[in-house]
Amino acid sequence: MDRRHLITTGELSRAEIEAILARATEIDEGADADISDFLLGLLFFEPSTRTRLSFEAAAKRLGGDVVDLGAVEASSVEKGETLADSVRVLEGYCDAMVLRHPREGAARMATEFVNIPLINGGDGAGHHPSQTLLDLYTIQKHHGLDGLTIGILGDLKYGRTVHSLATALTKFDADQHFISPESLRLPRDIRFDLHEGGATVREHTSMEAILPLLDVLYVTRIQRERFPDENEYRSVAGQYRIDEAVLADASDDLIILHPLPRVDEIDPAIDETDRAKYFEQSHNGVPVRMALLELLMEGSR
Amino acid sequence: MTEHELRVSKIENGTVIDHVTGGQSLNVLSILGIDGTEGSVLSIAMNVPSGRLGRKDILKIEDRELSQEEVDVLSLIAPEATINIVRDFEVIEKSRVERPSHVRGILSCPNHSCITSSGEPVTPKFDVLPTGVRCAYCGTILRENLAEHLAKPS
Ligand SMILES: [Zn+2]
Repeated sequence: MDRRHLITTGELSRAEIEAILARATEIDEGADADISDFLLGLLFFEPSTRTRLSFEAAAKRLGGDVVDLGAVEASSVEKGETLADSVRVLEGYCDAMVLRHPREGAARMATEFVNIPLINGGDGAGHHPSQTLLDLYTIQKHHGLDGLTIGILGDLKYGRTVHSLATALTKFDADQHFISPESLRLPRDIRFDLHEGGATVREHTSMEAILPLLDVLYVTRIQRERFPDENEYRSVAGQYRIDEAVLADASDDLIILHPLPRVDEIDPAIDETDRAKYFEQSHNGVPVRMALLELLMEGSR
Repeated sequence: MTEHELRVSKIENGTVIDHVTGGQSLNVLSILGIDGTEGSVLSIAMNVPSGRLGRKDILKIEDRELSQEEVDVLSLIAPEATINIVRDFEVIEKSRVERPSHVRGILSCPNHSCITSSGEPVTPKFDVLPTGVRCAYCGTILRENLAEHLAKPS
C-alpha cells in the first residue's frame, strides 16, 4: 500500500482501513513495531492534549521522537506567517507531520507545500481521520464493523470526528442514525458524501425511538457557543444528556463511545458500567496511530 | 434574415457568445477577465427575448477568439451558452459550453472559515459536480447563486 497523506477518511479504502486496524491489533498484542531515526513533527494551531499526546506516545513507542512547534494560539495565526510557510519550515525538521488547524481544508492545502507524509489532526469543522481509525478499532473489537447499527449524537454540524466517522462507515455494512437538534444537523457536504457512499442518512431530533436498535452510541459534545443564548443551550444540552434512565430501553450490549473531552453530556455514573468504552477508546489511540505512522512511513521510504 | 440574426452575425472577426442566461453577461465578462481596457470592440445585448430561455444576453467580442477552455467555465453561470467563432463575417466554428471537471480561480469559497479565505498563497479550486461545485479544499458544496461567489479580480 502506498499512501502518502491522511486528510479525510473518504480517501481511505475499506482494505486500507482493515489493514491499519489489523496492524494495530498486532501491535496491541505485543508485535514488534520499530521505525528507527524517525521524527514526527507536531504542528497544532488549536489547543489539544489527547491527539497530540497520543501521537507523541505513538512516535516514541516506534523508537522515534517528536519535534513540537508548541501551542500556537489561533489568534496569532491570523497575524503571523502563513500556514504554507509554517509547514515548509517544519518539513525540514521531521519525517512526517501532524497538523491541527482551525480552518477547514488546512491539511489539504498543506499537502501542496510539503513532500513528507502529512496527517490531518483536525481541520476546523472538517475532518479528523486518525480519531476515526481509533473509533473504528474500538467498535470492531466489541462488535465488528459489518451488521452494525450506530447512533451518532450531538453536534453533527461542527463535529469533525462525526464527519470522519460517518464517511468511513459508508465502507462497511453499517446502519447509521444521526441524532441532533435541528440547528446542528449534518452539513450538506457530509450528507452528499454519505449518499455517494451508498448510505441512507436517517436523521432524528430525539433518540427515544431508535435507542433500542443501537449497538453503539457515539456521543459528542454540544458546545455553548453554538447557541445564541444560555437558555436555549441548556434546554438542548439537557435533552441529549446520557444517564441510566435514558438508557433504560437500550440493548444490553449497547456500548457508548465519545471522542473526549466530555463535559457533562454523559453522567459519570455510566463510567462504571460495561457500556462505557470511551477511556478504552482513548487508549486505543496509541496502537492505532503507531500502525498509521508505520504505514505512511513505509510509503515514503 | 431576422433582426436577431443580424445582431449576432455582424462582427468581422472575433467571438459571439449567444444564449447567455438573461442578466449574466457582465458576470461572463468578469469571468473572462474582459473589462474593456484591452481596447477591443465589445457589444452586449441584454435581456433579449428568446424562445428557449425567455430572456437571454448576447456578447460580441471583436478580434478575440476564445478557447474552449476559456468558455467552459461560463457553463457554471450560463449553461446554455453557445460560442460562435467568427472570421470574415462567417461563423467558422459553433459550439456549446461544456462543464469542466474543475475550475480554478473563478469562484471563491462561500465558507468563511475555509483555508482559501485566509490569505494563504493558494488559488481557490472547485470540483464541478453534476449539480453545483465543491471546494477542493474544505469540501463545501455550492449549488445556488454561483455568480455571487465570483472571485474578485486581483
Ligand atoms: Zn472552501
